[in-house]
Amino acid sequence: MSDRAIPCSDAVRRLWDYLDKTLSPEDQVLVESHLAFCRRCCGELEFAKELRAFMASDEVDEIPVEVKERLERFMEEL
Amino acid sequence: MGETAIDPEDDRKARFEALAREQLPRLYGLARRLTNDGAEDLVQECLLNAYRSYGTLQTAEAGPAWLQQILVNAFRDRLRKQARTVEEVDVDEIDEFSLYRTIADEDPFPYSDSLHVDFLQAFGREDVYAVLARMPEIYRAPLVLRYMQGFSTKEIARMMDTPLGTTLARLHRGRKLFEREMWAYAEDAGLLDKEVSP
Repeated sequence: MSDRAIPCSDAVRRLWDYLDKTLSPEDQVLVESHLAFCRRCCGELEFAKELRAFMASDEVDEIPVEVKERLERFMEEL
Repeated sequence: MGETAIDPEDDRKARFEALAREQLPRLYGLARRLTNDGAEDLVQECLLNAYRSYGTLQTAEAGPAWLQQILVNAFRDRLRKQARTVEEVDVDEIDEFSLYRTIADEDPFPYSDSLHVDFLQAFGREDVYAVLARMPEIYRAPLVLRYMQGFSTKEIARMMDTPLGTTLARLHRGRKLFEREMWAYAEDAGLLDKEVSP
């Protein structure tokens, strides 16, 4: 392990930024190096990907009929 | 026979209404994610502001994102008017929480081969709204805009008129809070008591 290895807590804290590609190139390498040997953090990474996909669901929201009607009336009166 | 002249104002209003009608479900969904109450009011405010500045919309294709931006502006102004003390959350307290580890340790679905995926699948759309409603709005907004609406962190900083560093810090806390509240809500709402189909 190199002198610059990071513990799991640091790796996990940076996982979402790692997936967002908003880490500095240096930190990106630190996280990648950690993931190369840590199975548990790879599990955290996979779950972070699942959770992001879950949040990004592009299903269009249902709008209650009465709300839709009120908003449409509001628009007509503009 | 002469052609009937179209009143430019009627034409403008018809084009605005067509765009807004099509986007109403998305706007209402975004408003519900951002705020605990007053989603309908927020959409009305957005429609009013959008109608007034419709002339600034460059292309029809830009319309959906333009409307979302106007709704977020209205939300940001509303937060400022409320002038509440910012509910900062202790980072150390939430940094320790890992939803991944909590699910693995607590093992809510003992017969499941895909524990973490089954946990997420237990949540319906209304459950997600309920989880968001448990979070302070200052942490919800960056989370919703980044991971549900797909804006970049720089765009969010601009939309919310906060420095990039503050936006990133709130996004980090928002993610942690969302994970913690997902678990707490799942326990409170009985989502962990459901049988998982084999």
